[in-house]
Amino acid sequence: MSGSASTERLSRLLAMVPYLLRHQGLPLEEAAEHFGITTDDLVHDLELLFVCGTPGHLPDDLIDARWDSGRVYLSNADPIARPARLAVDEAVALLVGLRTLAEVPGLHDRDALAGATAKLTEAAGEAAGRAAEAAGAVRVDVRTGDDAALADVLATCRRGLAGHRRLHLAYLVPSRDERTERDVDPMRLVTVAGRWYLEAWCHRVEGVRLFRLDRIEAARVLDADGTPPAGAVSRDVHSDLFRPSPDDLVVTLDLAPQAAWVVDYYPVESVQPAPEDAWERASLRVRLRAADTRWVRRLLLRLGAGARAVDPPELAVEVREAALAALARYELLDAGSAGGPAGEPGPGPGA
Amino acid sequence: MASSGTSSGAAAAARGARRTERLLNLVIALSATRRWLTKEQIRAAVPQYADCATTVAFERMFERDKEDLRELGVPLEAGGEDPLFGDEAGYRIDRDAYALPEIDFTPAELAVLSLASRVWQQASLAGPATRALVKLRSLGVEPDESSLVGLEPRVRTSEPAFDPLYAATRDRAPVSFAYRRAGAEPSTRHVEPWAIVSWHGRWYLVGHDRDRDATRVFRLSRVSSAVKRIGRPGSYDVPTDVDPREVVAGTVGERATRRARLLVRTGSALAVRRRAVSVTPAPAPAADPPGDDAPGADLVEVDVADVEVAADELAAYGDAVLVLDPAPLRDAVLRRLRGAAGTSPDPAPAGAAP
Repeated sequence: MSGSASTERLSRLLAMVPYLLRHQGLPLEEAAEHFGITTDDLVHDLELLFVCGTPGHLPDDLIDARWDSGRVYLSNADPIARPARLAVDEAVALLVGLRTLAEVPGLHDRDALAGATAKLTEAAGEAAGRAAEAAGAVRVDVRTGDDAALADVLATCRRGLAGHRRLHLAYLVPSRDERTERDVDPMRLVTVAGRWYLEAWCHRVEGVRLFRLDRIEAARVLDADGTPPAGAVSRDVHSDLFRPSPDDLVVTLDLAPQAAWVVDYYPVESVQPAPEDAWERASLRVRLRAADTRWVRRLLLRLGAGARAVDPPELAVEVREAALAALARYELLDAGSAGGPAGEPGPGPGA
Repeated sequence: MASSGTSSGAAAAARGARRTERLLNLVIALSATRRWLTKEQIRAAVPQYADCATTVAFERMFERDKEDLRELGVPLEAGGEDPLFGDEAGYRIDRDAYALPEIDFTPAELAVLSLASRVWQQASLAGPATRALVKLRSLGVEPDESSLVGLEPRVRTSEPAFDPLYAATRDRAPVSFAYRRAGAEPSTRHVEPWAIVSWHGRWYLVGHDRDRDATRVFRLSRVSSAVKRIGRPGSYDVPTDVDPREVVAGTVGERATRRARLLVRTGSALAVRRRAVSVTPAPAPAADPPGDDAPGADLVEVDVADVEVAADELAAYGDAVLVLDPAPLRDAVLRRLRGAAGTSPDPAPAGAAP
């Protein structure tokens, strides 16, 4: 589907010829930039055009390309003087992309979206019918659902991005159950695995961070320049989202079969079959990196009878105590609702 | 294009360049002619076909080239002036059908198209998306992206089943594949694909399951074999009254929600509070007993779609969150807590995969 390198290149050449015919004398650098390639690539492309032409392939039959002055001149390319129509998959890719954009909350340029969609249908010609049908069968969901607060946050972040303004965020860190306040310089809004994130330079940690939009409790545009420092480089969000840090601590857990999904879901250091001396329900023993023991404790409470902490040993004690404390509070609650407030002191917080 | 300077990389690059040359000469030859060109004429007209030692090799190469051009949207016509000509029919490219009409995109329209093409940046349709944009940009308009700065909605297609299932959906061609359900052996399914849906970052196929004679949803990452076509393109109709996203949402996503009442320690469970329907200070008797210097609590109401998913989240807060009702949610949380405390007699399932 993505095509081979040579069909990709052919497609570019067939688009390049009409453009260069209309823009005679264009500097090499500008032409290369227009097609998103290096000047070296462009020169290779021109060299290839130079040896192609109509049957016979005598000098007069060949495409005439000159660029020795640093400017590109092209002639004798009548049969391919116009760009090709869009193929079915090409139109599908753009139509689905446009519809996806149309569902981004707060994207206001509806006229541009509607205009582009209509003209795209024209550009596909005969393929338009099939493309429209196929595009209707490919759906990408980037909506924010009924979460009005999230749509607001998204809109605020977009204002910050468009105006290069600094943002103030109240951000929840669920692994620590903490609310943090920070000023950030926004870099981009990106979706990863169907969720929206703000990538920004965070002044609190002095680094580039990804903020999940549904964890931003409040966002405010500040009256301050929000241009990120020169050293702020976007990360490859897909591989970096769970990038472990060398400061992480390593914990060892035994997993029962029903908790084996943890291995696919979190970055684990190692997985092995549960050894002889393991917890009797364990099928796997895994080593897992975590920035914070609180996060692991929360994971273990959630896994219930599906997992046991092996190392550090105090982690198992902590989890057990946290669970017992919660159970004790439930008992107290039941006693309270049955016969008024209980007289003895409640258990202390498990933390 | 070659990734390295090794000799094999250089050789591959040279082969690729020769192939591009051949295809370009083929397009030019077929566009320049008004008459139909026979295969023999084409073989003579395109110098790179001289690489083929035999007619069989040439014909095989020409077949592949025709397919490549069609995929790029080049309308290759086959036919002839003389209906008696039979097999020796000719080929040409109709320049009017080939050419993109003069379309006046505004800079803002080209900007949204540019952004639309980048939705696929790390996905299967990246190639077609980029090619389409290059064609449209060759019309000469420069996009104005100022209002779209920093917006990057993206999908990924890391599932190998995406390409064949997308193509089958596009062509309305029935398929079969092995499908692995959680905790079960893979089984072969026969499906008429209706739509392919990205939902919460995962791809799903919605279609008619022939064996079960019912609408079914398949997660692409669970397709565990090659996808095989078992029928011709266009051999079934897709119902028009089905919204594929609703089918997926109804199967894997949000079910009807119900309201849960929680007793949440003051200052805790911030992520739960963020999506609460209401938060009110809890009356004293319900909270911790008097005399204890523990912080107070709030009565927090949230809407819960899936009991097990909600229980996963709430149990993780330990004693900071107590579920008052509904009972199934409360039981699901208690089951996890007893499991974690080691007081649970049975290894009841807990912590369903997210």
